[in-house]
Amino acid sequence: MSNAQTNSSNIILEAKNLTMQFGGLKAVDQFSFSIEKGQLAGLIGPNGAGKTTAFNMLTGVYMPTSGEVILNGEILNGKKPFQISHKGLTRTFQNIRLFKDLTVLENVLIAGHQHVSYGLLDTFLQNDRFEVEELKLRNKALEILALFGLADKAFENSCSLPYGEQRKLEIVRALMTDPKVILLDEPAAGMNHSETHKLMDLIAQIRKDFKLTVLLIEHDMKLVMGICEKIFVLDHGVKIEEGNAHHIQNSKKVIEAYLGVDEVH
Amino acid sequence: MKFLKQPALLAIGMICIGLILNFGTNAYIQLTSLFVLVNCLMAMSLNLVNGYTGQFSLGHAGFMALGAYFSAYASMHWPLFSGPLAILNFVLTTLGSGLLAAFAGYVVGLPSLRLKGDYLAIVTLGFGEIIRVSLLNMDFVGGARGLSGIPSIPNLDLGFMVIEHYMVSFLFSTFWFVTCFFVIWRIMHSSHGRGFLSVREDEIAAEAMGIDTTKTKVRAFVLSSFFAGVAGALFCHATNYISPSSFNFQKSVDAIIMVVLGGMGSMSGSICAAIFITLLPEILRSLKEYTGGIDFRMVIYSLSLILVMLLRPQGLFGQTEITDLWKKYVKRSN
Ligand SMILES: Nc1ncnc2c1ncn2[C@@H]1O[C@H](COP(=O)(O)OP(=O)(O)O)[C@@H](O)[C@H]1O
Ligand SMILES: [Mg+2]
Repeated sequence: MSNAQTNSSNIILEAKNLTMQFGGLKAVDQFSFSIEKGQLAGLIGPNGAGKTTAFNMLTGVYMPTSGEVILNGEILNGKKPFQISHKGLTRTFQNIRLFKDLTVLENVLIAGHQHVSYGLLDTFLQNDRFEVEELKLRNKALEILALFGLADKAFENSCSLPYGEQRKLEIVRALMTDPKVILLDEPAAGMNHSETHKLMDLIAQIRKDFKLTVLLIEHDMKLVMGICEKIFVLDHGVKIEEGNAHHIQNSKKVIEAYLGVDEVH
Repeated sequence: MKFLKQPALLAIGMICIGLILNFGTNAYIQLTSLFVLVNCLMAMSLNLVNGYTGQFSLGHAGFMALGAYFSAYASMHWPLFSGPLAILNFVLTTLGSGLLAAFAGYVVGLPSLRLKGDYLAIVTLGFGEIIRVSLLNMDFVGGARGLSGIPSIPNLDLGFMVIEHYMVSFLFSTFWFVTCFFVIWRIMHSSHGRGFLSVREDEIAAEAMGIDTTKTKVRAFVLSSFFAGVAGALFCHATNYISPSSFNFQKSVDAIIMVVLGGMGSMSGSICAAIFITLLPEILRSLKEYTGGIDFRMVIYSLSLILVMLLRPQGLFGQTEITDLWKKYVKRSN
């Protein structure tokens, strides 16, 4: 087998010419990329570059105007978000979307619902099947919560958590779906420097432990440079560069894109 | 058989109340007690959709009407059993009412629950009115005159003793009350129930976490319609007379008031509010004697609703249950 072939069979998530048009605005324009199994990739770009929009197309929240999303060789276009989640592609949200009125544990348990096999009747009969599965689900949720240091807050209301922990809870919740690929939308937004670094270490850790592929958005360029193996740069919806940290850091186009934003500020 | 323990306990408690009502009160209070059970069913089932799942249905009376008319008509025209087994007719027609209403819920819910926001409110409002207007124009169920002479649930002859028809009706309604309560309660304490809640909390996040929100909403709606249909059946055999105006828009609003007053997403709340709303006008009825014939009933009724909503906008119970209060109390006293 040639080298090129082994590479392409290793690709788990791929986008081909993804385009999203909002009226007159092309939020994302002909965006193509591919990520290999187990990779930790970053998507960067100034505010308004179209990063979140790209995530929304990948996860089925938006129907792309054109282009394709391919997970494990299967085209995802036209699938509903919950079906995409069942396929193993999950995400967190930039503007935190927890189930606010529910407890931390309930938030995580909901993400495990897709693996529940007991039916409505089993709940009424309170049979073993119901009780065994509920217990398993609960233990699994508490385990992942413990990894993120949230286990002792399991019964607190999720909206009472401090901001940084709400972001962590979003990751825990996403992990509970047993994803193959996880998309993190600015997971460190609003955290201070040391919190951010701890979180990045944690993300690198769970990638190993859960055998995950990770794509994360971060508009702070320095941050992704440290941990991402492959980085895509979006500017005004267009991919202007891709490659490893060294390549991106020395790219004129990238520096210009970021400097351009600074001038506007 | 472990799963029957709690329902049995609740049923026994209810039967004690039934015995007191049977031997200690008059026909008027007994009839009111049946209405209380019917309204509890209406409130609990609507709470599933409006409270737990966060959808807004405005047509609960429509499903109740379907159930009531079906059971009334079927028990009058298609009695399968006679003699001591006649009670089975009511068992079957009530079940049929629930299934018919559930089917209607499916037909109405599937297209409208796909859409977001207020569509369901508008569609269910329309559905309720369509049912009412259709009934008005159906001569075989009496049109505007309604259906009278609907049979009551009969006395039950056990051979060695006869249970009077009020007690049989009460037991029958209690059976459905307990069933409805535990079906919903247990679903809500399972993964499926958490699915309902996730739809209420945030549909986009729920979908991203793998919850099929459309299916979840349709399920809640079908289950809710089923029990509304059953409530209709119980209602028609208690009153022996129904007409389209028994199921007008006001009836749907009454059910919503019960859910909101009790606290969206609290079964204890729905039940307490259903009891309160059903009994308050009856209690206030006697007030007329002291006010020189002027009927202040609706004024006080409305005022008390406004007061509760001002003082407790989240409803009497919020989202908590009586059992939560009990747990808190136990914790504090430890
Ligand atoms: N639903 C939408 N309707 C119209 N415009 C949108 C919508 N979502 C995003 N946009 C626009 O698309 C552009 C990219 O937004 P976004 O993807 O959120 O950027 P980023 O996440 O990179 O900061 C912005 O100009 C934004 O205003
Ligand atoms: Mg964004």
